[in-house]
Parts: sequence; C-alpha cells; structure tokens
Amino acid sequence: MLTPNSLQSEAWSEATRRLTSGEARLVSLWADGDDARMALFEGRPEIAFFRCSCDDQRSFPSVGASHPPAIRLERAIADLNGLNPRGAPDSRPWLDHARWPIRHPLGEAAAVEGGEPQRYPFLAAEGPGLHQIPVGPVHAGVIEPGHFRFHCSGETVVRLEERLGYVHKGIERLMAGADLARGAELASRVSGDSSVAYQIAFARAVEMATGVAAPRRAAWLRGLMAEVERVANHLGDIGAICNDAAFALMHAHTGALRELVLRAADHAFGHRLMMDRILPGGVCVDIDRDKREALREMTMAIRAKFPQLIELYDNTASLQDRTVGTGFLDPDLALRFGCGGVIGRASGRDFDARRDHLYAPYDELRFDPPLRREGDVNARVWVRIREVEDSLRLIAQILDRLPHGPIQAETEPAGTAGEGWALVEGFRGDVFVHVRLGEDGRIARCHLRDPSWFQWPLLEAVIEGNIVADFPLCNKSFNCSYSGHDL
Amino acid sequence: MRRTLLEGLLNRPLTEAPPRDGDAELAALAQEVERAAAASLGRSLSIRHVDAGSCNGCELEIHALNNAYYDVERFGLHFVASPRHADVLLVTGPVTQNMREALERTYAATPAPKWVIACGACAKDGGVFRDSYAVVGGVGAVVPVDLYAPGCPPRPATLLKALLALLAGRKA
Repeated sequence: MLTPNSLQSEAWSEATRRLTSGEARLVSLWADGDDARMALFEGRPEIAFFRCSCDDQRSFPSVGASHPPAIRLERAIADLNGLNPRGAPDSRPWLDHARWPIRHPLGEAAAVEGGEPQRYPFLAAEGPGLHQIPVGPVHAGVIEPGHFRFHCSGETVVRLEERLGYVHKGIERLMAGADLARGAELASRVSGDSSVAYQIAFARAVEMATGVAAPRRAAWLRGLMAEVERVANHLGDIGAICNDAAFALMHAHTGALRELVLRAADHAFGHRLMMDRILPGGVCVDIDRDKREALREMTMAIRAKFPQLIELYDNTASLQDRTVGTGFLDPDLALRFGCGGVIGRASGRDFDARRDHLYAPYDELRFDPPLRREGDVNARVWVRIREVEDSLRLIAQILDRLPHGPIQAETEPAGTAGEGWALVEGFRGDVFVHVRLGEDGRIARCHLRDPSWFQWPLLEAVIEGNIVADFPLCNKSFNCSYSGHDL
Repeated sequence: MRRTLLEGLLNRPLTEAPPRDGDAELAALAQEVERAAAASLGRSLSIRHVDAGSCNGCELEIHALNNAYYDVERFGLHFVASPRHADVLLVTGPVTQNMREALERTYAATPAPKWVIACGACAKDGGVFRDSYAVVGGVGAVVPVDLYAPGCPPRPATLLKALLALLAGRKA
C-alpha cells in the first residue's frame, strides 16, 4: 500500500527536523527507484524508516541542507540514482568522476556522450602564504586510493578536503537482480577488512526479509568470526599507528600477533580473512574440537604477549609525544555525525551495535565496550587496546559455550518478496545493510552503508590546525575504508 | 621497552624459512627467490603497490609479506613509495573507470625495465566485479601484465611465489 505523497513529505520534514535538533541520528540515506529513503536511530533498538517519493522534477527535500552528515550521501544519490536533493548545499558530483559509460546507474541509466572529465572544483582557502598540497589518488604506502587536498600555512593544515570515489565498483548495481548466493559473495567483498561484518549484515537483512532465522550455533559461529576479525584488525591498526609515528618496534610485534590470528582463522574456517563463510540462513563452515583448541591457543598466545606491548606503548615517551593531543575529535561533532566504532567511542559516543541493537550471540555474552572522552589519537589507540582484550574474552566465552545443533536453517531463505535490514558492529563501526527482495526472491535493491561515511568527513575536521606531518597519524588512527565508502 | 628489546635479542626470531625449521614450502620458495633475484637484478628489487580498485583484502595480505613471518626484505625485495623508484608494479583490484588514468600514469612514471604483477582474482579479469559499468576489467586491460598471482586474496606465500616466478622468467 502506498502512503499519500503529502503524508510522506510531512514525515520526511519531521525526520529532518529531529536530525537537525539532535533528537535522532542518521543511520543512512539512499534511494530506491523514485523514492528517497532514510533510516534513523532514535535511541531505541528499532530503527525508524522514512521514505519520500520524488516530485515531477525527480527531486526531494534535502536533508543535508540542515544536517551536514547527509551531504555526501545525497551527492551519491544524485550520482547513482539521478534524484535531486532540493536545496542541497553542495551540488558537486561525488562518486561519479565523469568516467563511467553511463549516468545514473541505479536510476534511469543513460549512456554518456563522450567528453573530457571536468576539473573538480575544490573548496578554496585563501590568504597570504597559503599553499596547496595535492596527495593521491596513488599514495606512498600500501593503501587504498583517494585524493587529499591540503591547504596549508607553513606546516599547519588550514583546510583538508577529501575527494573519494576512485574505487567505486558499482556494487549496488551488481546486487540488483542477483540471487542470494551472489549477493553474499559481493557483500563479502565490499570492504575486505570487514568481510565478516558485511557477510553477517547481509545475511541478517535477508533473513529478516524472508522470515527465516539462522540456527543458534550458526549465530554463535558468526559472532566468533566477527570477534576474530576485530582482533586481527585492531592489532594491525595499533601497530600501524605506531609505525606512522616512526615506532617500528610495535608494528613488528603486533604484525606477528596479527599473523597468528589470521593463521588460526585459516585453520579453523578455511580462509585467512574468512570471506565467503556466511550465507543467509546460517554459515558454511563448522568447527570441531581440534579447531576450537587452535583458536583457544591463539587467544592464549596473544594474552601472553599483549600486556608487554601495552606497557611498551604506555611507557615510550617519544611515542606518546606524537599521539597525545594529536588529531582531536570534538565529542559534539562525533555525536552529531553519529560516528560509530572506535572513533566515536574514543570521543565519548557510547554506542556499540552489539549492545544497543542486541543481536545473537551477544544477547547471551558478557562484554563491555570501552569508552574514552579525550578524542585524540592516543584515545583511539587505547580504545583499540581495550577492544582487543574484550574480544579475546568474547572468543573464550563463545568457545566455552558454543551450542550444538545445525549450522544452516532447514528451509532456505528464498522465493519471497520482502524487505529487511541489519546493523552489525564491525571493527570499524556499525555496518548497515538494507535489502529489498523481489517477487522472484532475487535482490531488487541492496543498500550497504559503511561506517566510514560518517567518519571520513570528521577526519577533515580533526586535521585542522595540526601539522602536515601528523596527517598520516590522524588518518591511520581513523583507518576509514575507501572501498566500503566508494562501493 | 628495555625488556621487549632484550627479549628480542635473546629469543629466536619468528621469521620462517631458511631450510632448518619452519614451513618447508615457504623455505624452498624463499631460497629460490634469493637466488633468482641475485641473478637478474643484483641483490634488490623495488616493488610499488598500486590499488586500482580492490576491496582492500589484497592490501592486507601484501602487508603480511612484511611481517616477521614472511619478511620479504631479507631477500632484497622491498616496497618503495614512488613508481620512479620501482622495478615492479604490484597491482591489486579490478581496474575501476575512476582509477584507470591513475594506473596508466603510474605505469608511465615507472622507469624501464619494469614488470607488472596482477595481484588477485579481480586483477586477473575483474573477478566478482567483472560485469560492472564502473569497472574496466583486469589489470591487463590497461597495462601489460607479466604475471598473475592467484587467490582472493592471494596468500602471502603465493605472493612470494609470484615474485620468484617473475624473477626466474626474466633470467631465462
């Protein structure tokens, strides 16, 4: 049943007002056909959904006009769906670099007449002695591509502007019309470091849409993989942050620990990054006693070594000198942007999807997401350290109490139309997936929102007033995903 | 810090390979890389990584090459910050439309003789993203590829093997 247009737009404006006043947080904003769609947190485990049908000019009232976190999402809607956010403050393209053979790939796709890509107008910063530093898309390290435009006064950054979209692969278009197995395969590769989180989010969204639940053992195995993924990534990040402060010793040690985690994952689940292990309805791999023991040994090896590394971090004054007070993220800003994950929790935003949108197996486990308020690089390191410890405890609990039973639902989730969503806490923050299945049971529309959408813009704020040499440190302490964002 | 450094001095290294202990396959590979690298390029080979659109899974495994277990630097293989310093471009991902020009320019900036390794299933032919409007295709669709390292993502040991095969081929 369709809601009359006027009612929709009333609810839409009311939702926008609640975002602007801070009563609600943006979960995501996307378009499906001619409808703009919005999901909000309102402090309850449920998420509130709104839709707004576009008018004859294919436009809808901009949310970003009064709520900046929505701006880039709206620019992406304009690029992908060809819908126009009316009154939006920034009409520059975002993901579309004028290099695709078609325009509006998710809307009424039209072929593009040949032509040179336009020059992208960066926001200006003007004043005596200001200079620009263009960085990327190809960076100096082994990292993903993106462009950073710095305006500097001497060593001090006056303005940083990001330009992303280089690794846009058209995943949401590939999802449209795909069957569920293909959908899971793509979800597994939205952001390789968060493969497990995306697989769980996709599977749970489909399970909600079809009304088929994964068995209890499957949910626990998913939780196990998610925590292994979290430990591996946090270990890598802690070392990489220290390495960017030229403290290679820490990097060497955490790198070795990370390798232990990946080898244990490989042994237990058959893939170092645990890609393609989770399907709607359950998981594809089970673990026996031998594999449980291997995982347990891995956690014990890390527990034995990690305290020494924490001490090393804590007692190295030259390292602390670089991290303490650097790259301060204002807690108000973190809250306003609904910034998730480590970055939010290091700036006082007490949110963790595992706890606040309780899902199996976390409803039966004890854990305690850490919280800091300092908002600097140091705080982000400490939140990661505490989360490694927390996740190791979770892994131990899961291994001790792993329930028996099947790992796949009896009926395959398929063949029905419906919509579902899921919010899953990955190592980087809350991954949101919304899926709409068609009558044929195939995916009609799947929207995947990486936590980076609300973290990238904050990096621009964080670097202001810092020196250029501290940018790698700030950037690494955020560690946003390019691939998850560009999609 | 003193304790950590002292332990580092007193304990056996984590590094695997050379024959005596550790993973046998890796050890064999490692030895061969060393021999081949010495034969064709003296004692060093500089690698520049380019992400042309990957999901970042390959990057994680390339990072692993530098950890204490694989430690590629001991063979004179090292990652450099600029294509101008590189002998080898290690390219990951399907090449996206938006990265095509950047890859072409990086290739042009690399001095000859140069080699290109396509890293991972996407770099071979676009992988799971093959049919997208936003993807050009595999790395070979944009720059000439000398070698393909299979896997999604390739295991670090496979990446070592790829470097070895490249060096062996050049020598012949």
